Amino acid sequence: MNIKAKLVDKEGLDRILTRIAHEILEKNKGSKNLVLIGMRTRGEFLAKRLQQKIKDIDGVELPLGVLDVTLYRDDFRTRLKQPQVSVSDITFDINEKDVILVDDVLYTGRTVRSALNALMDFGRPSSIQLCILVDRGHRELPIRADYVGKNIPTSLNEEIKLKVEEYDGEDAIYLVEAEKK
Amino acid sequence: MPLSSRHLLGLQGVPKEDIQLILDTAITFREVLERPIKRVPTLQGKTIVNLFYESSTRTRISFELAEKRLSADAINFAVSTSSVNKGESLKDTVRNIEAMKVDMVVIRHAAAGTPLMLTKLCDANIINAGDGIHEHPTQALLDMYSIREKIGRLEGLKVCIVGDIAHSRVALSNIFGLKTMGAKVSVCGPSTMIPKYIQDLGVDVIYNIDEAIQENDVLNVLRIQLERKAREYFPSIREYIKYFGITSERLEKNKKDILILHPGPINRGVELSSDVADGPYQIILQQVTNGVAVRMAVLYLLGTLN
Repeated sequence: MNIKAKLVDKEGLDRILTRIAHEILEKNKGSKNLVLIGMRTRGEFLAKRLQQKIKDIDGVELPLGVLDVTLYRDDFRTRLKQPQVSVSDITFDINEKDVILVDDVLYTGRTVRSALNALMDFGRPSSIQLCILVDRGHRELPIRADYVGKNIPTSLNEEIKLKVEEYDGEDAIYLVEAEKK
Repeated sequence: MPLSSRHLLGLQGVPKEDIQLILDTAITFREVLERPIKRVPTLQGKTIVNLFYESSTRTRISFELAEKRLSADAINFAVSTSSVNKGESLKDTVRNIEAMKVDMVVIRHAAAGTPLMLTKLCDANIINAGDGIHEHPTQALLDMYSIREKIGRLEGLKVCIVGDIAHSRVALSNIFGLKTMGAKVSVCGPSTMIPKYIQDLGVDVIYNIDEAIQENDVLNVLRIQLERKAREYFPSIREYIKYFGITSERLEKNKKDILILHPGPINRGVELSSDVADGPYQIILQQVTNGVAVRMAVLYLLGTLN
């Protein structure tokens, strides 16, 4: 990993999550009817932190699920590597709920597209709102986020790496040079 | 890490990593089967033919469900309604089916080695759904998945396969798979149904069912295949029941804690008494559910290989 810049540190990431937690509660007029779904891998941990933030503010612990979208991807035919699949873990009913879908980086929009398809197979939520920590541009599908941590316009030979303590051992957002495919 | 082969012909020689990958992937599909909509779009656009030259309910329906739940296009071929009746050879049938642009073929045939032959005839991924008395790999995989789900591991576990070992493809696939995964495998049955050189595969032979119950953590009880002339190998069914039938009295007398598997269909009152077949030790219906998940895993792993 060739780091070009550290864009956000631990405190910065925490401030972003605090703000987003408030925005979620503001937009939905409280936490009633909300559920959180994190996308594997890092979205899961970000969703967990939002759950804690919202609990601190509103006193309610929202249901939290984890979604693995590997089976819904559209790039099996073009990728060389076979992706590892893992289990989705949504133990509650999402019918008629307002789902907050949490992921780390929004790029082409294809992962979110597959997540939307996957969620529809779990039920019919009354709304799905997208929460993203970094929007790096270059969308290939008409998808936008409802809550954005940071807008970071990138070039195609750059990448955004978001790290979380629970998985990577540190909290940070880095701008790195794209690995050669 | 993809599978090391683009076909699943048997478990003989399949590396541990591949079996591990299939069993781990099946956990994902097991979760899909619990959803309200039990379908994922993973194999959209793939065409899979189920070529069943031998009768089958469980395996065929299980494969068909697995294919549909992965959104593949599944075509069923039953010999009774096909041109096989007009004298078409297997080779021609397969070539014709391939000309219709098929991606995968699931085959069951009474002749051992048929799946291997198909790999040389066409480009599709071939999955063996049972070839004669040779192998039935997906059955063994689902047996291993079910044991692992229930007990948590395969390594070091003592598993005994009971019944007609000589005419069982389930037994052979189980032996290869379980040995690879580090289990200690034995077989138990009438001496006429134990192949002479079975020890060469590294399995112990037990002739006494009580001993088999005492010594093992898991019994995989095979069906006495009356359609394969099983009756010629022992004097009477009554005698088989007396010496090898598994009853709850027998289980209680020898050991309380044991796991019983059966690949189905059961001859109730023969290899398993009815109260054992419905009792607390068995996981026969879980095996059937797991079978769909395991077959989805195999189809997914082979179907998404480039």
